[in-house]
Amino acid sequence: MSDTLALPSVDTAIKLGLNQEEFEKIKNILGRDPNFTELSIFSVMWSEHCSYKNSIKWLKTLPRDGKKLLVGAGEENAGLVDLGDGLACAFKIESHNHPSALEPYQGAATGVGGIHRDIFTMGARPIAALNSLRFGALSRKHTRKLVDGVVRGIGDYGNCLGVPTVGGECYFDESYNQNILVNAMSAGIVKIGQTASAIALGVGNPVLIVGSATGKDGIHGATFASADLTEDSADDLPAVQVGDPFQEKLLLEATLEAIKTGKLIGVQDMGAAGITCSTSEMSAKGKVGMEIHLDLVPTRQAHMEAFEILLSESQERMLMVIEKGSESLFFDIFDKWDLECAQIGTVTDTGRLEFFQNGKIVADVPAWDLVLGGGAPVYDRPTKVPEYLKKLDQFAAQHISHPNHLKPIFLGLIRSPNIASKKWIFEQYDSTVRTNSVNTLHKSDSAVIRIKSSDKALCLTTDCNSAYVYLDPYTGTQIAVAEAARNIVCSGGTPVAITNCLNFGNPYNPEVYWQFTQAIQGMGDACRFFDTPVTGGNVSFYNQTILDDQTIPIYPTPTIGMMGILDHPDQLITLDFKNASDIILMLGDAPHAFSYSEYLRIFHKIRYAPVPRFELEAEKKLHDIIHLLNQNQLLQSAHDISEGGSLTSIMESAIAADLGFQIASPEGSRSDLFFFNEDQGRAIISVKTEDLDSVLKHIEELDVSYIKLGQVTNGQITVNNENFGNINEWKIPYNQYLKEIMHQEN
Amino acid sequence: MKFGVVVFPGSNCDDDIIHVLGSVLNRPVTKLWHKSASLQGLGPADCIIIPGGFSYGDYLRAGAIAQFSPIMKSVQRFAAEGGIVFGICNGFQILCEAGLLPGVLLRNKNQRFISKNIYLKTQNYATPLTKLIQPDQVLRMPIAHADGRYYADSATLKRLKDQNQILFQYCDASGQVTDQTNINGSCEHIAGICNREQNVFGMMPHPERASEARLGSTDGMYLFQSLLASTLASADRAISC
Repeated sequence: MSDTLALPSVDTAIKLGLNQEEFEKIKNILGRDPNFTELSIFSVMWSEHCSYKNSIKWLKTLPRDGKKLLVGAGEENAGLVDLGDGLACAFKIESHNHPSALEPYQGAATGVGGIHRDIFTMGARPIAALNSLRFGALSRKHTRKLVDGVVRGIGDYGNCLGVPTVGGECYFDESYNQNILVNAMSAGIVKIGQTASAIALGVGNPVLIVGSATGKDGIHGATFASADLTEDSADDLPAVQVGDPFQEKLLLEATLEAIKTGKLIGVQDMGAAGITCSTSEMSAKGKVGMEIHLDLVPTRQAHMEAFEILLSESQERMLMVIEKGSESLFFDIFDKWDLECAQIGTVTDTGRLEFFQNGKIVADVPAWDLVLGGGAPVYDRPTKVPEYLKKLDQFAAQHISHPNHLKPIFLGLIRSPNIASKKWIFEQYDSTVRTNSVNTLHKSDSAVIRIKSSDKALCLTTDCNSAYVYLDPYTGTQIAVAEAARNIVCSGGTPVAITNCLNFGNPYNPEVYWQFTQAIQGMGDACRFFDTPVTGGNVSFYNQTILDDQTIPIYPTPTIGMMGILDHPDQLITLDFKNASDIILMLGDAPHAFSYSEYLRIFHKIRYAPVPRFELEAEKKLHDIIHLLNQNQLLQSAHDISEGGSLTSIMESAIAADLGFQIASPEGSRSDLFFFNEDQGRAIISVKTEDLDSVLKHIEELDVSYIKLGQVTNGQITVNNENFGNINEWKIPYNQYLKEIMHQEN
Repeated sequence: MKFGVVVFPGSNCDDDIIHVLGSVLNRPVTKLWHKSASLQGLGPADCIIIPGGFSYGDYLRAGAIAQFSPIMKSVQRFAAEGGIVFGICNGFQILCEAGLLPGVLLRNKNQRFISKNIYLKTQNYATPLTKLIQPDQVLRMPIAHADGRYYADSATLKRLKDQNQILFQYCDASGQVTDQTNINGSCEHIAGICNREQNVFGMMPHPERASEARLGSTDGMYLFQSLLASTLASADRAISC
């Protein structure tokens, strides 16, 4: 074993993000002291980002089986769900939080690039992208700079690649002031039987590296993603990768062509930990080894060290194992697309990864011991109920003052960051390329993407109200799953499966770990209830910022990305009202006690209140009645009730249609409670006058609570006899708020 | 009559236009790979489409590199012989860079990518691309571009107007062309033009994304049906003489 550097000490291991115990474990595995290159390999593979060492024990408690799942969670680069008609959908969500906090444009762009590679590595062509974003207070200039960079990054990458960005969510809260969240989701379609696997098999088979040349960008990115963000983090800028969507487009086409040859054994994209991760995971999965010659890797600059080549997170690269003798097929395909393609090694039967440079071995490590499910450490961390929850005891609903007029309050709500339209953001994303977006003119609660060779369509959504999760991680995460399912049901679809992106603070903080374990249990229970198993996802810990010696964890944010199926075009439901004089109904129970809401937060300055009322059974009843009414073609529109409460939902349905409404809250109810509380399990529907009797018959059949609120008008808005003016007065504040604030100078 | 769709590295609307021509309209359509000079038998009665996307990543300038691909020499010859060439979005940018259409497409006035449905007013109803559009009919279809601000010097703009080369202008739902409707800041609100001979067409909006009822609008069909009617007519002419 030779290495030009002296053998590293435990101090070096700690600097690389490992602890003393892990350093000892590495020495045991190797039977000797590791050299620096080997230690670097372990440090990235055993980082939280690659090994899930602090989360896997809990992740395994999630429901991960279902009759429609074609691969188990974590088995491949993404989940794979049977759509029928010989087709499958590969989908996954992933975080790119820390890079985006430092370099928002490249951080967000490479997040998008990475998640699409996970999908086309499976052989699926990505047909839709979504995202889930969290930023700090919009009043801060720094936040607006981050929003601008992230939106440009997502847009420029996805627009150039030609995958439509069709949905997403974006919230603002000061807990994300320094540590923003950028979660990117991709969904693709593949014919069953034409998928590719991330596996290495067959001793003597060639190992190819394809795509871009390898540079010095993103070295130790995975380790970087597994540490707290501090003021010194800006020094880690070389750990942020640089994206090239044009290269990705070429790589996408070339990879799909390569898979079609039938001579490809396995393929994995190079994301976190670069060549190290792809060689070790593919080898461990196939129970083989690899001999890799680093001097054969095409590089962007001369004299790169072995560890730099091994850990580089240069984007738009893939590792492929192919059948021996078929090399020229692959060289031709990559030549056609003007991409690098080099054989860098072969599959061996040693189970070890042997890396050579200039004829000398520079690292020799067993693949199995590096990976999740193999020798990577598994920890369970101590938990503690957070102190802040005691503040909920001080919540006194009886002291919430009742406003005399709703209109000024509601105008303030509509013009608030979490409720106002995100048009300024999504109009910078190409949402119509690939000609599958059904919601081009009429929006639904989820993004509906038709599948060209079938009557079916995908319904896709990302959801998480992290304020709810903060106040009650168990129920808050159940609500995130339920809201995602509700969005799909309100689009006419049936929820099928989820992917998750678990954004939390430092797992060594027992309060944070308590949030994490509670959230996982809530997610598991909700997913079992709705029969929407977890197909995979991503954990992002260490989302907190240390500033002035004070640690500020983010709101715990377990983002749910859900996929559903719309069986037939006739079943599509859109959220816009359709005709004046249609009847407006609220399905679900009327609120009877104040709980956390944007209304309480904005107007009563209350941040600590109970999580909104939520029951799984009531939620299911809501889904059933919407499904039944839709089957009978009785719905003109449906829109779920979430942030802002029922009046916000009604206004959104009206603005989307350029129509007004005349409504009243039930006799004896408190109007601000009724219109602004955020009780779950509810939706606003509109139906034709002549259909009302049949609608009510079905509602009573299923024993669902409902309230008849009023009717759609040509434009005039009246709420409890209060004149709200014309719909045109509301469109501007709702649609323009974000644009105005993003364009302000200070 | 057949269609050829040129595929550059970075083209990303090629599948969309092939879907509309091949699957929706059931017309023969073939991909033309940029590295080959072959038009695969397409003749003057046929039509070549330059699709949208980001050819060569739009590096240097949108459409600037694609003009040097081997296929473009053949496209130039095809156009000179009277064949119909239709560039959409990035295709429009490429045709301008290649000199087949006058003017250039600059960065949008707001310096951002804009993706939304817009309305189009037709200025010339007598071309092979627009002949089936009804007078005063307002078309609705998506735009999705960062570099769509049409610019030409005043002499060129005058010539375009004098020779009826302006095909489409950005307008509102009622067909009014105002400063507010000029979504990207184009000279004369221009969304699409043709050459003097009326066989080379370019437009920024995407008619192929508005060609199926399931996607919300079929207004794009008027353009493709017009092309088909024109190519049919020219094929008939070719047969009769």
